[in-house]
Amino acid sequence: MTATVTETVTEQPVSTRRTTEGRRATIVGFVLLGLTAVVLWVFALGAASDATATFNLSLPNDRFQGLTWAFNARALSLVVAVVLAALGAQRLRRSQLGWTNTVLGIGLLLFVVSFLGWAAAGSSFSLVGMLRSTVISAVVITLGALTGLMCERAGVVNIGIEGQLLTSAFVATVLSSAFGTVAGVTGAMLAGALLGAVLAWLAIKFQVDQIIAGVVINIFALGLTSFLASRVLSEAQDLNAPARVPSFRLPLLADIPVLGPMFFDHTFFVYGMLLLAFGLHFAFFRTRWGLRARAVGEHPKAADTLGIDVYRVRYRNVILGGLIAGFGGAFLALAQIARFEEDMTGGIGFIGLAALIFGRWMPLGCLAAGLVFGFSGALAQKVAILGTGIPSEFMLMLPYVATVIVVAGVVGHARAPAADGQPYIKG
Amino acid sequence: MALELRGITKRFPGVLANDDVSLAVGSGEVLALLGENGAGKTTLMNILYGLYRPDEGSVVVDDRELDLASSRDAIAAGIGMVHQHFMLVPVFTVAENVILGQEPSGPLGVIKKDAARATVRDISERYRLHVDPDAVIEDLPVGVQQRVEIVKVLNREARYVIFDEPTAVLTPQEVEEFFAIVRGLQADGKGIIFITHKLGEALEVADRVAVMRAGRKVAEVTPGETSEAHLAELMVGRPVELVVPKDTSHPGATVLQVQDLVVRDDRGHRAVNGVTFEVRTGEIVGVAGVQGNGQTELIEAIMGLRPSLAGNVVLDGTDVTDYNPRQLHEARVSHIPEDRQESGLVLGFTVAENMVLNCYYEEPFSRVLVMDWDATNEAAQRLVKQYDVRTPGIEVPVSNLSGGNQQKVIVAREFDRDVRLVIASQPTRGIDVGSIEYIHGQIVAKRDAGAAVLVVSSELDEVTALADRILVLYHGKIAGEFPPDADITEIGLAMLGSGR
Repeated sequence: MTATVTETVTEQPVSTRRTTEGRRATIVGFVLLGLTAVVLWVFALGAASDATATFNLSLPNDRFQGLTWAFNARALSLVVAVVLAALGAQRLRRSQLGWTNTVLGIGLLLFVVSFLGWAAAGSSFSLVGMLRSTVISAVVITLGALTGLMCERAGVVNIGIEGQLLTSAFVATVLSSAFGTVAGVTGAMLAGALLGAVLAWLAIKFQVDQIIAGVVINIFALGLTSFLASRVLSEAQDLNAPARVPSFRLPLLADIPVLGPMFFDHTFFVYGMLLLAFGLHFAFFRTRWGLRARAVGEHPKAADTLGIDVYRVRYRNVILGGLIAGFGGAFLALAQIARFEEDMTGGIGFIGLAALIFGRWMPLGCLAAGLVFGFSGALAQKVAILGTGIPSEFMLMLPYVATVIVVAGVVGHARAPAADGQPYIKG
Repeated sequence: MALELRGITKRFPGVLANDDVSLAVGSGEVLALLGENGAGKTTLMNILYGLYRPDEGSVVVDDRELDLASSRDAIAAGIGMVHQHFMLVPVFTVAENVILGQEPSGPLGVIKKDAARATVRDISERYRLHVDPDAVIEDLPVGVQQRVEIVKVLNREARYVIFDEPTAVLTPQEVEEFFAIVRGLQADGKGIIFITHKLGEALEVADRVAVMRAGRKVAEVTPGETSEAHLAELMVGRPVELVVPKDTSHPGATVLQVQDLVVRDDRGHRAVNGVTFEVRTGEIVGVAGVQGNGQTELIEAIMGLRPSLAGNVVLDGTDVTDYNPRQLHEARVSHIPEDRQESGLVLGFTVAENMVLNCYYEEPFSRVLVMDWDATNEAAQRLVKQYDVRTPGIEVPVSNLSGGNQQKVIVAREFDRDVRLVIASQPTRGIDVGSIEYIHGQIVAKRDAGAAVLVVSSELDEVTALADRILVLYHGKIAGEFPPDADITEIGLAMLGSGR
């Protein structure tokens, strides 16, 4: 009898899963057909029939020089259009479902390639350069997302990431100017952790609304750093002159064509981001520590009854998250422009939160989302240079449109930890 | 070898939750702890499980006095607890839930998943619990979830197991299976405390029955020397009518017709999938079924609180499918919602304000745009008296009242007019026996006054006691219709979907 009960009850979710899968497939099918139309009318017809686009695949200091990929822009777009149409039609026929997200991803990638071919028709363009700046733009976004992940997986919403980044950028600038890079990075991480501790203290001990606590941290950080920048740094200019952190070529790996310059010729911040994303993914889903943290974020009372100290796990995760934010802040100040500017974060902490949702609260998802967001940033720059007439603000907007779509559930459901943002009261 | 509570006293602000309570359970013994909601059973067990600290008294295990500062200490002392609301992480697998807090792990804290699976399989086989280590909790029916909780407790090598209202969510058949599991644990030498408010179950499974009332232990008896009526009297403190007194029904014209109704739940599943039935004047139709088989969605759809996908709701020949709650109120429909705190009352409002929530906009409570508080208070005073609501006054927040009195506020509000149709969902969940008696009486009175009544309850006893006709809901469909004196086993089978 037990067996029958189990069977009949699980039957229902499976069938609904099928229908939502079908609905998503339909939507994705229409999206792909829409992209096909754009590729045909704009990219294929818009390019001169004999225009050749050239993508450069190597950078000046690469081992293998002169790698290029030249092609006829119109022909490429026509090929892409055929593939997109085929993929879209396949989705709409609903014959073979599953893999919907992968199909959508491939479709979007082809669309972007076709777009670049159209934009670069008749000239040449450094594809590797753009991919490299994609990775650089992804660092703060990914680290911000991982900060949010650490907190939210344990059930604390952190919207103070922006403030943590800004404060730690300031601390990194001053300490690095005075005592060197190591002091700067260490200090920045401690500053991030300190603000994390404040957030955790407000959220756990006093059960302050976590959104409000986060906003308070942001306002406090902006006010404090602006004040100090205008009063202190403008007087003592030498405190606003940190040494720029140099790149470090990883031997052998950096010599791989395309992937080498993209990932393995960077500052240690980039390597740190990659290690953190993979390491946290392993930690959250394979280790005791991760299981407990997730349990606290999903059902704190259950964790409590099993002898897990919910408050301790939350404090620890939020503070560790602060360390990650501090690392991101140090990157902003020391690796990019090597000085502190008022409000230099400009909302990137919130973009990190968007990446957290886009990455579905998974560490590797955060990295992927960071790269997608970073790509659109890099694309916007390049498009501005190529002069296609498309406003670069429009390109910058795209990832957020994508986030809204993800959150609305079209690309599959993104589910936050069940106890996210809820204070836990013992007993 | 025994688990003892000696002279436990626990005070909360304004309440003496436990007053000098002593209990003991030995190895291989089943002790039933009987009492109404609010009698102090749960507080006592939370003390035993280290979640609260007693103000006086001590917990003694195998002659060793323990200082339980957290559930970790209780677990270490060999005490396990199966909570009334399961303490399972819905998105985790069975194995992950079982090992949580005690994970078998190697270097760097990497969890040994195979060891975890093997543990679950071993325990599951040894006690015949039939759980699959890789199943995800949220896909499992409650009966299986409860067995996962038992595996969890056994994995922690508990020698004493506390079950808090374990049968509340089970069908009669699942209850039988559960008792078999309890006997297996007993044979294995575990000491078991079984908390319940169901008299029959206490008598069936326990070696001894301890009865609590208002924070004190009022009696300890063996099943052989007592009866249900005696236990009920001990629980409530006065003789109680266990059967709802009512005459045979004389059904008249059809009032409510539900035709092929299909309703989606919050997750988009078809929670109600083609339900057709009718309710006539002067009869009580009871809807039985395990929680989560579409009852909530059915009632919400009838009451205009949830859109329906297909089908009709007809009231006295008028199609009211698209009516909103106010239109239904004006069509003389009364509704006791299933969760009084969530949707029946505004907890922060006073008793008087809650009394007019359904009609505040009508004369005499409201004149043009202004509330007439004198009229409101006057009506509230009368209702409090008439419906026996025990409250310090009509100006206190309704949240200060006990569950039973909160429910009486709702009954007073909904019943104090000439109603055509009464829809009562879980009308007596979690309230004291005295209030249950009263509310059941009121429902029967409405029937005798000519209303059509639809009662939904996951307590099968309540449905069989009240209803003149019983419908069983299973997976959003009606799995059977029974007369009130039908065989409980048959109804139980229908509740599991394996009936006719």
